[in-house]
Amino acid sequence: MSRKPHQLWHFHGGLKLDGHKAMSTASPIVKAQIPKRLVLPMNQHIGETAVPLVEAGQQVLKGQLIAENNSYISAPIHAPTSGTITDISEYPTPHPSGISSPCVVLEPDGEDRWIELKPLKHPRNSSPAELRQLIRKAGIVGLGGAAFPTAVKVNPGPDVHIDTLIINGAECEPYISCDDMLMREHADELVSGCELIQYMVSARHCLIAVEDNKPEAIEAIQAVISAKALHTVELVVIPTIYPTGGEKQLIKVLTHKEVPSDGFPADIGLLVQNVGTAVAVHRAIYLGEPLISRIITITGEGVNRPQNMQVLIGTSISELIEQSGGYHEKASKLILGGPMMGFTLQTDHLPVTKGSNCILVENSEEQMTQAMPCIRCGACATACPAQLLPQQLYWHASAKNFDMVQDYHLFDCIECGCCAHVCPSNIPLVQYYRFAKTEIWNHERERIKSDHARVRHDFRQARLDREKKEREEKLRKKKEMLAKKKQAEAAKQAEGETVAVDPKKAAIEAAMKRVQEKKAAREATESDSTKSNNNSSTEQQ
Amino acid sequence: MQFKTATSPHIAQNNSVQGVMFKVLLAMVPGTIAMIVFFGWGVLINILLASVVALSCEALMLWLRKRPIMPYLTDGSALLTACLLALALPQLAPWWLTMIGTAFAIIVAKHLYGGLGFNPFNPAMVGYVVVIISFPREMTQWVPPLLEDYTLLSFTETVKVIFSGELPLTYTWDAVTMATPLDTVKTQLGLELSINEIETHKLYGPMFGAVGGFGWEWVNGLFLASGLFLAIRGIIDWRIPAGVIIALLVLSNTFALYDYASFTPPTFHLFSGGIMLGAFFIATDPVSAATTTRGRWLYGIGIGVFIFIIRTWGSYPDGIAFAVLLMNMAAPLLDYYTMPRAFGHRWNEFPHHHKEHDDES
Repeated sequence: MSRKPHQLWHFHGGLKLDGHKAMSTASPIVKAQIPKRLVLPMNQHIGETAVPLVEAGQQVLKGQLIAENNSYISAPIHAPTSGTITDISEYPTPHPSGISSPCVVLEPDGEDRWIELKPLKHPRNSSPAELRQLIRKAGIVGLGGAAFPTAVKVNPGPDVHIDTLIINGAECEPYISCDDMLMREHADELVSGCELIQYMVSARHCLIAVEDNKPEAIEAIQAVISAKALHTVELVVIPTIYPTGGEKQLIKVLTHKEVPSDGFPADIGLLVQNVGTAVAVHRAIYLGEPLISRIITITGEGVNRPQNMQVLIGTSISELIEQSGGYHEKASKLILGGPMMGFTLQTDHLPVTKGSNCILVENSEEQMTQAMPCIRCGACATACPAQLLPQQLYWHASAKNFDMVQDYHLFDCIECGCCAHVCPSNIPLVQYYRFAKTEIWNHERERIKSDHARVRHDFRQARLDREKKEREEKLRKKKEMLAKKKQAEAAKQAEGETVAVDPKKAAIEAAMKRVQEKKAAREATESDSTKSNNNSSTEQQ
Repeated sequence: MQFKTATSPHIAQNNSVQGVMFKVLLAMVPGTIAMIVFFGWGVLINILLASVVALSCEALMLWLRKRPIMPYLTDGSALLTACLLALALPQLAPWWLTMIGTAFAIIVAKHLYGGLGFNPFNPAMVGYVVVIISFPREMTQWVPPLLEDYTLLSFTETVKVIFSGELPLTYTWDAVTMATPLDTVKTQLGLELSINEIETHKLYGPMFGAVGGFGWEWVNGLFLASGLFLAIRGIIDWRIPAGVIIALLVLSNTFALYDYASFTPPTFHLFSGGIMLGAFFIATDPVSAATTTRGRWLYGIGIGVFIFIIRTWGSYPDGIAFAVLLMNMAAPLLDYYTMPRAFGHRWNEFPHHHKEHDDES
């Protein structure tokens, strides 16, 4: 190699752990058999749940779109093989809480017939935006475990300049070896994928970082880079320290830069992608294949034949264990992910998803050792790669002092588990941090809710007040008018007594006067003549 | 098949509180043997007595506080407190003095504050301070280290002295005890003698060894060696003893350069009295010390400064216990103001108190 070795830096803390990787790397990647049933969760990624496009009873082909993404941060889902859709309803999915979520169930027909694919022979003739669109349509998400939609990640926006693309092949967690095996067996696809992503984000450099405990993978990648005589893609061998594979830690090791606590790698001109994602990108562009399978490590002392398998998304974990020689008789713990950050599953009747990288079966016979009080030894702070004070976080989290835990930067904790691993008092520290985070999120949600409610209440109150005021105003005006009328009448009356009298009344009075005058006059003239008549008439009556 | 659930991480660790405590105890063995060689059986008897009392008090307090006796009784913390206190006491201290000091350390300084992990003050040093303030005369019953004019008592004689308080008829107290070298130097400097005069004095001269106090330099040397071993293995934090020693060295050097005749020389400071035991084994008690990196530096330096001040101008010849307790008080404050810069944060971000929330609660 003519290039001088890339300068490396250290992140604070971290651990040297036993790898236990050789147990699953002895044999090449095995293609898992097509199972009897595939359960495809509609939410295998970060973001909005995908919406099914198929109906029960419908025939689908391998690679056919069966669920689409209706929002930007989401990913579509494709049929992993050809067959019949038998059900669309809720099924248990691999999640720490064992929650059920909407799934599409596919019964394979065993023919594994592809839909017509549209490979792109010369991707450099397409614009980065066109390639991003292809990646979006292929349903690619980050295969390192987070499952964040890749199309979003490779679109940092017009104002952001990505200088260096970092391809994460560290795979720092013990037992997991799917990335190692992928790099060994698919180095050419990996490098091709790197070049594609580099083109998409127009990054000047691409660094492929691999821990020094994977000599075969390093050799394979170096051979491809040398053969292709690439000048902008560089393989960097980094020391094996957990958690070097963490995005922020890897960036620190390679560039000495720190991603701002409230920012993204793109803010400092970097983009990090997992090696598996790079291969998926290659396949989506050059072969036109959507993401319908991935490599999963099935390993641990509790499984009889540890190995790496190319698995269709939606395959049941129990199926994979069976194909790996079944459980050891002492198997006791089933973990999805690695031993440091993975979570335990109660049952193996769960499908694997795009983000599943490892199924670890433990033989642990030792009973849980009792947690002792914290002796403030500070071993946790020494090991913490986020440069936090884990024991102070623990202290305040257990006291439910949620303001103080945030002062001590709880939300910079990556839950890597280094602190809990070195704790002589055996305190399940990470559990306390998760608890505190969840509580704070709940408080936040409550706060937002109550803020909403308060705004609504205030609005309603204001409306009621306004209406009341308006009513009062109306009433007041009415009263005023009435009062004015009365006043006017009173005034008129007073006036009439002195000067003007109501003409009607005056007319009546005048008429009455006239009538009286007439009466009086008639009485006077007729008084003598009618006297006798009147008398007789009165007698007649 | 149903599987067990647990939270990550799932790899069992191989260290324990018990392991830490017993490694520290083990590291104290060479220095302790040197003390027995130079100062006689009283050292061992004190340790045994203090250990029995400490474990009994620990068991009693756990029972009274309705805590499980196991694994707390065997976690080694009570035993470590007992050993540290026993090594700090005079070799011929009466049995009741050792008992009172130890009982106070475990019952009051440790358990009344919440037991293991919750005591703000170093229990051994609290016990020491209680007895040195309450029983100053008994606290002077130090044995001279293998000096010609003095006799080292046999094992049975020592037992008799400690438990009955009476010397065998053939001895006088002046023949079996004497002031410690630090005490002597302090007293004689106070009497306007120069360091040179003390070193060549007929009576006090033999107390000086090659670098420190005769005998004491061996004890300190061995505690230094095993302390370094613990620091290298990461069982104790090296910054605390480094801070203590550097502070003491810088101060004593400065004053000795200024006036050699009237200040205790730096080597004598370091290799006489309990400096190495104090710096590596007492000040490093994590429960009562500061926990941040910079906090531990300041904590160690603070102890070194206080030791020098108390030794030079105070009324006690050594002063480690007071220095440690004073800095114990400062530890929470040091921790708060020396928070490390978290990853991805800037140095100038300083934690602010949520005043309004504090008021609410």
